[in-house]
Parts: sequence; structure tokens; C-alpha cells
Amino acid sequence: MKTVKVYGPGCKRCETTESMVKDTAAKLGIEVEVEKVTDPKSIAMAGIMSTPGISIDGKLVHAGGLPKEDALVTWLRGS
Amino acid sequence: MSVDTIAAGRDEPNRNRLWKWIAGLGLALIGWGFAYSQLVPFSEWLVSLFPVDRASHLGEALAFFIYDVPKVLLLLALIVFLTGVLRSWFSPEKTRAILAGNREILGYPLAALLGVLTPFCSCSSVPLFIGFLSAGIPLGVTFSFLIAGPMVGPVGLGLLFGLVGWQVALIYLVFGFSIAAVAGWVLGRMRLERYLQDWVRELNTGSVGEAPEERLDIVDRLKIGADQVREIVGKVWIWVVIGIAIGALIHGYVPEATMLRIMGGEAWWSVPAAVIVGVPMYTNAAGVIPIVEALLGKGAALGTTLAFMMSVIALSLPEMIILKQVLTYRLIAIFIAVVAAGILATGFLFNAII
Repeated sequence: MKTVKVYGPGCKRCETTESMVKDTAAKLGIEVEVEKVTDPKSIAMAGIMSTPGISIDGKLVHAGGLPKEDALVTWLRGS
Repeated sequence: MSVDTIAAGRDEPNRNRLWKWIAGLGLALIGWGFAYSQLVPFSEWLVSLFPVDRASHLGEALAFFIYDVPKVLLLLALIVFLTGVLRSWFSPEKTRAILAGNREILGYPLAALLGVLTPFCSCSSVPLFIGFLSAGIPLGVTFSFLIAGPMVGPVGLGLLFGLVGWQVALIYLVFGFSIAAVAGWVLGRMRLERYLQDWVRELNTGSVGEAPEERLDIVDRLKIGADQVREIVGKVWIWVVIGIAIGALIHGYVPEATMLRIMGGEAWWSVPAAVIVGVPMYTNAAGVIPIVEALLGKGAALGTTLAFMMSVIALSLPEMIILKQVLTYRLIAIFIAVVAAGILATGFLFNAII
């Protein structure tokens, strides 16, 4: 079980990112718990300056723009 | 598509992907060029289908609208694509690293320049603001960045270039840039840190996490450009249509004599009035430039028009509401006052010399 956090104030790209994470995890058969972080203070504290950002099990892997699908696969499989 | 083909996407001959994109872009560009070259005959033909006299007020307004909508959308798509690709080489993280190393006076113009080049969306201005301050970048330099981003955006400049001409676009670029640099410097000198929200002041500097940088190849960058076109044009087209409709009404119905009296260079009060009207108005650059086009066409003074355009684009209520999370009302008021003063000065200057 991996904990994935998607950081973003609620723009369209952040929602797309969230569903991309869920879809990719489902395809890979990896169990994930996706949490959305929308509070600007928490986003800033995580060290993210451009949204959407993604962290997996507490490790920041992506910030700014939509993630690439193949990168998402690597992150979810890795570590 | 199975997961394995997604994962293998990297290894698939990249050359193949690249050629597909080059071919697609080539075709799109040819289509774009053809469409652009046919704008005048197409719009005149379309207007002739309406049962109105082409020389009447309504005919003039209609012709302006029908010609400008496809023209602005075509220009917008091209500019957004090019900007998206160009900006993929820049990121807030890189910008922060550059600015954190430049504490001297040079930081202000540098921040304004990077504000133009760094991908930026007002929805992430709060995390960006915090990210800059926590890296030890001075408040004034951060403001220069935040003013330049929206004010001197490539969309506004590109449309100004396409609809009004390169001279006005150049003037706008130089003065928008200068206002961002100077206003940031003035705000920096005022020692306003105490007017930040409490939680912002209590942040530890220097303790920032950072996402690892991802490698992008040229196809990824082109794809970013194309995604931007879909997203931005999909979002702003309605503002564009509204802006052009207002521009069309001005073009068709407002007599030149009236325009000269209200927005001419003689009326000294027209510059502050333009700022007062412009600040609460909310649209984006793509929506306001067609209005600017119509105003200038009717003989409005350049200084007044510049002041109007700058205050609409640079100072907007929604952005202030977002910034309220990090700034107190007092600081927001000072921020608006300083930027508005720069805009007023620009407006008066151009009305005086032209």
C-alpha cells in the first residue's frame, strides 16, 4: 500500500493528475491511497512551487505540469 | 493500452516519434498559414451574407467581430504553442536558484525577466511566493517577479504585435518590464515584511524540499506546447469573444469626437480614470487587446490606452484574493498603489510626448 499525495489548489490539471495516478495504479495492480492536498500553506510547506505536485510515501517526485505516464509507472513501481 | 506498452514508450524508437510530430506540426503550420491568409476574403464573404449595409454602424461592428474572432484565435494558438515550448526550458525551481544567487540591485530586472519566461499560473502564485521567500529571495524581488508574470505575458505581447503593430508592442514590453522592476525595488525599500501574514513570517528560511528534475526530450517539449494550446485556448476563448464584441461595438458605434473627448490626450484626467476603470475589470490579455485595438483605431491617446490595458492585465481582483492568503490587506493596498503609480506615470508620459 502506497500513500500518494497530489498537491494542487484545485485547478483542472490537478484533477487530471489525480485520476492519472489512480488509473495507472489500477493498471499496475498497485494498491494506493490518494490524498489531495489543496491548502496553499501545506503545498508551500512541502516545497512545491508549481502545481500539480506528487509525492509517494512522503517522497516528492514531481512538481509542475501533468506527469508523464511512463514516469508515473516508474514512480509507482519504484522504491 | 496495456501498462507494458506505456512503460516501453521510452524505448520505442524516439526518432519515429519525433518525425511524427514534425510532420504533424508541418501540416498544422501550413493549415494555419492558409487560414490566416484567407481571413479577409472569408470574413467579407461571411459579412455579405447578413442583410445589413456594410457601411452602417452595425455593418462595421459585424465586420470587426467576424474578422477579429478567427484572427485572434489563430494568433493565440500559435503564440501559446511557441511560449509553451520555450517555457519548458524554465521552471520556478531554476528561477529560484538563479534569483537566490543575486541579492544585489540586479535582482529586480532579473526577476522581471524571469517572470516573463517562467511558466506561471495565478493558481500557484501562493506556493511560488512562499518558495521564493523561504529560499531567502527578498520580498521586493519576489514582487518584481509576480508583477512581470501576468503583465508582460507573451499572449498580450503577441496579440498586440498582431493586432496593433510592433511599435506599441515594443513600448508595452519596455514599460511593463520597467514598472515590474522599479515597483519591486520600491516595495523592497519600504521594508514591508512585517505586513506579511503571520504564518508566512514564521517560516524557516532555507528548509525547502525540492522535486527532482525530470529529463525532457524535444518531443516532450512539443507535447507541452500542444497541451498548453488545448488548455489555454479552451479556457480563454470566451473572454476573447467578449473582448472582441466590446471592441466591435466601440469600432462601429462610438463617434471619434466622443472618443477624443474622453480618451484623447487633452483630457488629463483620462489616465487616472482609465486606471480606476481598469483595475476592477477582470479579463485576460487575450480579451483586452481587441478592445485596445478598437480604442486606438478611434483615436484614443496611446498613454491612456496603455494605462487602461496595464491596469486590467496587471492588477486583478481574483489575484489579490489569492495573495490575501500570504499578504495582509495593508500590504495588498500598498502593492496596488505602487504598481498603479507606475502605470499612471507611463500613461502621462506617453500622452505628453505623443
